[in-house]
Amino acid sequence: MKKLLNTLFVTSPDVYLTLNGENIVVMKEKERIGRIPLHNLEAVYTFGYSGASPSLMGACAERSISLVFLTRNGRFLARVIGKSRGNVTLRKNQYRISEDENKSAEIARNFIVGKIYNNKWMLERATRDYPLRIDVQKFKDTSCHLSELLIQVRHTAKLDLLRGYEGQAAISYNEVFDQIILQQKEDFYFHRRSRRPPLDRVNAMLSFVYTLLSNDVAASLESVGLDAYVGFLHRDRPGRASLALDVMEELRGVYADRFVISLVNKKVVNKDDFFTKESGAVLMTDEARKKFLKHWQDRKQEKIKHPYIGEKISWGLVPYAQSMLLARYLRGDLDEYPPFLWK
Amino acid sequence: MLVVITYDVSTISSNGSKRLRKVSKICQDYGIRVQNSVFECVVDSAQLRQLKYKLVETIDEKKDSLRIYRLGDNYKTKVEHIGTKGSIDVEGPLII
Repeated sequence: MKKLLNTLFVTSPDVYLTLNGENIVVMKEKERIGRIPLHNLEAVYTFGYSGASPSLMGACAERSISLVFLTRNGRFLARVIGKSRGNVTLRKNQYRISEDENKSAEIARNFIVGKIYNNKWMLERATRDYPLRIDVQKFKDTSCHLSELLIQVRHTAKLDLLRGYEGQAAISYNEVFDQIILQQKEDFYFHRRSRRPPLDRVNAMLSFVYTLLSNDVAASLESVGLDAYVGFLHRDRPGRASLALDVMEELRGVYADRFVISLVNKKVVNKDDFFTKESGAVLMTDEARKKFLKHWQDRKQEKIKHPYIGEKISWGLVPYAQSMLLARYLRGDLDEYPPFLWK
Repeated sequence: MLVVITYDVSTISSNGSKRLRKVSKICQDYGIRVQNSVFECVVDSAQLRQLKYKLVETIDEKKDSLRIYRLGDNYKTKVEHIGTKGSIDVEGPLII
């Protein structure tokens, strides 16, 4: 398994990134404030008004370092993609399957199985760890409901039905999600998912972490030679990385949601880290965003045992491992795509 | 792994200063300058070989010296810094 390299986050505004030899150099008002060798980097994320020199973009594309531009609030703007890598046959196969509703459903099914299974075990864990602080009966009921849905999903070969089951699962998971937030209850709550704009603090963090994760997934898909824009569960839409969203489904709960909850429960973030705009949108302050990214980086370095490969890898490599497995399935080396099942 | 590279390039002749500049440039490509002629590079073994090859090609072995310290993967406990100009930890969170 490859080594997880570091990610550079540029959050201060008005900095410019340039290339010098094999280094990325961060300039602020013609003054050098940092220089990092490119071979230590996996990705570069810039937030805000910063720019990058074309030669740096070229160097990043060549080394398949993903260079991503986001707004200050973490909304996606652009990503630098180099030459298409990998195998044409693989990509063509991907397109062929995505055209075929039945075959798409076979893969889409596994993404959803992964998602429901992981969410179910998040709830089970919560019931086991905090039986006195949550509504155990409700959690058990939800968990049972998810188990039933899992069985139904396994036997469905229709995309529309799959989406229906996924929706049902999401609704019952969202209903109890608020209860897993154990600390700072007055300031952090989850009633429903709101986006564009997020209307409360938890949603603000979820939106941000989903952006980070989807970029990671898209980059890993590209790195194994798949087209991140052609999905199976999510249909094609211009500008949407559908396959990245597909693969992300199974990771949303265990990777992103759990991360956000841990920040709240460990009191890493508090209510002063957020502000509300006139439109009602809740956003993170610049300081909070830095803190958030630091913890996100630490989480990516944490090791887990991958349930299918059986190897110890860091969380940050899970999107890569899943992309690799998906590529193997599309190539015909595996009979089925093995979703990431966490327990 | 972390590799510390230190060098002494004799600059008596103008050729020497040329070599010094070249050596420092090569080191910069692979790591971070922590003191004037000391670099810390986080590299894998293939990259280290490349780096070593380039350096050996550049220096004049009769006049200059080059020292390479391999500190392995668990280097964080082995390095202590006192004073100004702390270096960047290229494996820790990089937020600018």
